[in-house]
Amino acid sequence: MLRRFLAAIALAALMFGAPLGAQQQPPQQQDGFVPIDQLPPQDQLPAAPLLVTAYSFVVLALFVYVLSVARRLGVVQRELDRLQSDARRRT
Amino acid sequence: MPKWFTPAAIVCALMFAVAPILIANAPYESTMGLVQKIFYVHLPSALIFLIAAVVCGVASVRFLFRGNPRHDRLAWAAAELVVLFGIITLVTGPLWARKAWGVWWQWDVRLTASLMGWMVAVAYLLLRKYGGPGSDKLAAGLALFGMANVPFIYISVNYWRTIHPTTNVLPTLPVSMGLPVWFTFATFFLLFLLLLRMRVRLEEQRAQVDALYLSADA
Amino acid sequence: MFARVVWLVLRKDLTVEVRSLEIAYTTLFFAVSCVLVFAFALVREGRAPEDGAAGILWISIAFAGTLALGRAFERERQSETLRALLLAPAARPAIYVGKLFGIVALLAACEAVLVPLVALLFQAPLLARPFWLGTILLAGTIGFAAVGTLFAAMLVRARTRDVLLPVLLYPITVPVIIAGVRATSTLLQPELDVDSIRFWLALLGCFDVVFVTLALWTFEPLMTD
Repeated sequence: MLRRFLAAIALAALMFGAPLGAQQQPPQQQDGFVPIDQLPPQDQLPAAPLLVTAYSFVVLALFVYVLSVARRLGVVQRELDRLQSDARRRT
Repeated sequence: MPKWFTPAAIVCALMFAVAPILIANAPYESTMGLVQKIFYVHLPSALIFLIAAVVCGVASVRFLFRGNPRHDRLAWAAAELVVLFGIITLVTGPLWARKAWGVWWQWDVRLTASLMGWMVAVAYLLLRKYGGPGSDKLAAGLALFGMANVPFIYISVNYWRTIHPTTNVLPTLPVSMGLPVWFTFATFFLLFLLLLRMRVRLEEQRAQVDALYLSADA
Repeated sequence: MFARVVWLVLRKDLTVEVRSLEIAYTTLFFAVSCVLVFAFALVREGRAPEDGAAGILWISIAFAGTLALGRAFERERQSETLRALLLAPAARPAIYVGKLFGIVALLAACEAVLVPLVALLFQAPLLARPFWLGTILLAGTIGFAAVGTLFAAMLVRARTRDVLLPVLLYPITVPVIIAGVRATSTLLQPELDVDSIRFWLALLGCFDVVFVTLALWTFEPLMTD
């Protein structure tokens, strides 16, 4: 029952996020990217933390996943070795 | 591990070393500036997110109708990668949006549908972990519905008025931007194949352990 | 033959339900409590918000529906009737459609009570255009129930089935709920925007077709061991 109420709150948040989220006027939908050579100076600083966070997150997420799979493989491999040596000892 | 794995892993690592150089040399975008460089990881991970969902769905269908456990292992591995690349997409996107759109999140079609697709994959993993016996087939059924969501996610942005850039961005990219993004996509795709193979191997080992336990009891 | 099986399954479910009305009463009460909880939570200065009607109606239908699905198939599990149904020489898709109609009938009964209640508590003119509202509710309920019946049936033999049903069901049916809410909100506007409602109805129709087709296709392999 507790889970149902938590699910209720989560779904309500999702449903009511729509009108609450649409308060600012969003910019125009883009159809293509236009490259330029030089960056306007006022744009440089605030974007950098976001950019660094994004790339760090990508590297971190991939690294954590590879570690997770490697760890699980190690666990299973150890169990497999143990079972195979037991089987060999028995025969 | 198969023969192609180690050379492929080395190639992938090299590509990961080269990709940042290409990204740094790409020109800035006129309206979004520096933060648009997140595009070079956001787009590839989003495409892999969708591809992994399709792989999971197709493998699930084959498992459901043929019963071959190899397809089930592939589907489970693909579902984990849907969660991984989905979370990368859903984090890099808002970080970009904070600067480009002024908000962290918008409840437009593509974002909502992508979030729901990601949640289906998480539900798949929960089902596999906690569902008990028979959950492999149930999860396959779930993955099929999740796959039906994928084309909707991709084309929705062209038919609804949303803030997310349309798919027209990709074919009209100039070469200076196209090269880094497709190179990074190739890197991510190779990584996706490697991770898939590793994860499938984990399931194969687990199946071998189960078989050994069963034969020991017999 | 297909239609006969559907009718037999539907009649069985309705007969069992009418005898005790257990699921109907409990689901209805739960749905009403849901609406009241939302009303109390969103009250400001003693009045509930006017724009909340569409969303609250559909959320209550979704929650009540999940509860009803769980209870309906729990009843099947307890009496092992699901196995009996599957052993019968009837086409599996026909069994699925029969159960689907039963769930839709149950939810329709709930909606018949919920709609006036929501209209009353939130001062929403839900009953002003009953034909449109009925169509929207029917399309949305079918979409929700199509996925729900399949998942509830396949979870009957799983562990932790109670919490897994919402976990599996909501991400898939959120598009149906969203379309239903948007259609109902458009309907509640003073000016009738037929094109917009037609668009959302068409989208709901698409979801219904896709979900029912996928469910019919996968019901047999999912129910066999």
